[in-house]
Amino acid sequence: MLDFLFFVEVLLSGLLTGALYSLVALGFVLIFKASGVFNFAQGAMMLFAALSLVGVQEMLGVHWTIAFIITVGIMIALAWCVEKFVLGKLVNQEPIILFMATIGVTFFLDGFGQTIWGSDIKILDIGLPNGAFDVGGVFIDQLELVAGLTAGALVIILAIFFNKTKIGRALRAVADDHQAAMSVGISLRYIWIVVWTVAGLVGLVAGIMWGSKLGVQFSLSLIALKALPVLMLGGFTSIPGAIVGGLIIGAGEKLAEIYVGDLVGGAIENWFAYMLAMVFLLFRPQGLFGEKIIERV
Amino acid sequence: MTEQTVNPGEVLLEVEDISLSFGAVRAISDVSFDIKKGEIRAIIGPNGAGKTSMLNCINGFYHPQQGTITYKGQKRSQMKPYEAAAQGIARTFQNVALFRGMTTLDNIMTGRNLKMKSGLFSSMLWWGSAQKEELEHRRYVEDIIDFLEIEAIRKTPVGRLPYGLQKRVELGRALAAEPELLLLDEPMAGMNLEEKEDMCRFILDVNDEFGTTICLIEHDMGVVMDISDRVMVLDYGGKIGDGLPEEVRSNQKVIDAYLGGGH
Ligand SMILES: Nc1ncnc2c1ncn2[C@@H]1O[C@H](COP(=O)(O)OP(=O)(O)OP(=O)(O)O)[C@@H](O)[C@H]1O
Ligand SMILES: [Mg+2]
Repeated sequence: MLDFLFFVEVLLSGLLTGALYSLVALGFVLIFKASGVFNFAQGAMMLFAALSLVGVQEMLGVHWTIAFIITVGIMIALAWCVEKFVLGKLVNQEPIILFMATIGVTFFLDGFGQTIWGSDIKILDIGLPNGAFDVGGVFIDQLELVAGLTAGALVIILAIFFNKTKIGRALRAVADDHQAAMSVGISLRYIWIVVWTVAGLVGLVAGIMWGSKLGVQFSLSLIALKALPVLMLGGFTSIPGAIVGGLIIGAGEKLAEIYVGDLVGGAIENWFAYMLAMVFLLFRPQGLFGEKIIERV
Repeated sequence: MTEQTVNPGEVLLEVEDISLSFGAVRAISDVSFDIKKGEIRAIIGPNGAGKTSMLNCINGFYHPQQGTITYKGQKRSQMKPYEAAAQGIARTFQNVALFRGMTTLDNIMTGRNLKMKSGLFSSMLWWGSAQKEELEHRRYVEDIIDFLEIEAIRKTPVGRLPYGLQKRVELGRALAAEPELLLLDEPMAGMNLEEKEDMCRFILDVNDEFGTTICLIEHDMGVVMDISDRVMVLDYGGKIGDGLPEEVRSNQKVIDAYLGGGH
């Protein structure tokens, strides 16, 4: 019985961490779907957003909600700049060139963020609950729970946005066929700014969650690497895939660490996700829900 | 398919001396022609003659290096496709360009894009009114679906439809924009006889009932002679004939081009 409760606890904690991976993966999927670009800068955007939030809060001494709104503005401006100065200049180029351009954006953001906001570890505290509580013998970390619920809410909002609004439809149209989308009067520029903004906001939310957990520091942008196995698992174009993939990786690596880790000498958590994704790739190269990945990458 | 609408109306679109090259390839050289309000204007010519390029210039995909295009009395330069759409130019594509992941209904709804007012933020703030607007447009789209007789595939993802129906959905999407000028790039290519007859009927009806001006590219001479008011002929990027169907048919240059082009 105790063993079982412990199992549930590990599983739950894994799933909730997984929800955070999903959030990061979601940012990648949004941009990939709409523009066919693998946005290497997603992790850097997350770090930059979190840094900006803390920075604005410290600099102006305002409540975090005000800082949040200002940061939203910063992310919109960033999306506009990326379109104006980077992607907009590279229309119709090979995907690999666009990919390289996003690597450029990554270095710029990392450098620029540290120049303005400094490079020491910052504490991000927006009053999210800390510590664990006990549900019938299973301990649940409050911060992880909040993160999980937020990720869930965000996914629902995005789903409605994509399926029920004019802009959501336009986004899907652009994802399917650029020329046809332009012919019905959709401006690619505008759509790209919208997707990068949405991806930036998803990054902001992810950054707040990870930042509350680990502090805002450079290594946050490396968490984005964890999104890679999630994407391999879930497919690069699928929002549900990003969610399910994140949950599987999160739960998988925690369970593996606890139950298999000792047998092979520990530290399995660092590479388990990649191994799981590789094995999975052998059987389903397009991912769980992915479409046409062979054609696009 | 015999009825003809002859409208010697005013000029809607005027193309003057345009030239377009891709590197060494000259797709269009010094072509002038016009499209009059309310007419069905055909562009014909052998493969690679520059017909599609011409449509691409008109709706802003390509920008000719020389010459001018005047639409509704306004000379335009470097117009973007979405600006052309905003001014009432809609089109279909030679190789069907639908949004494959979406249903017939959603595809046609995208055609309403410019008619829908609520933007990103207003639809977040006033969800209710955005949904109401969505419903109104939905009604318009349902009318188009009835008109094109595609009720049965309303909810089918278009990727699964046979080619002929895809072309019909694409026409529906263009019609949803309530265009003033409708550009059709080989709307009947790859269709069987019955499908072609349906498509002809739709084109004539659109022209008749809504007064939409239509410019179409078509290889089937029977169809072209039947439904168009005036025909322009391109060959190797240059214009070699322009006039009433009968005139064009008896034009020696045109006959030569078609015989020489292996048609
Ligand atoms: N984007 C492009 N890049 C390079 N060359 C192009 C491009 N678009 C058209 N061309 C060239 O311009 C010429 C005219 O092409 P276009 O597609 O306009 O011909 P078309 O009359 O529509 O032919 P078809 O009947 O085969 O559709 C061709 O030689 C074509 O290869
Ligand atoms: Mg063509």
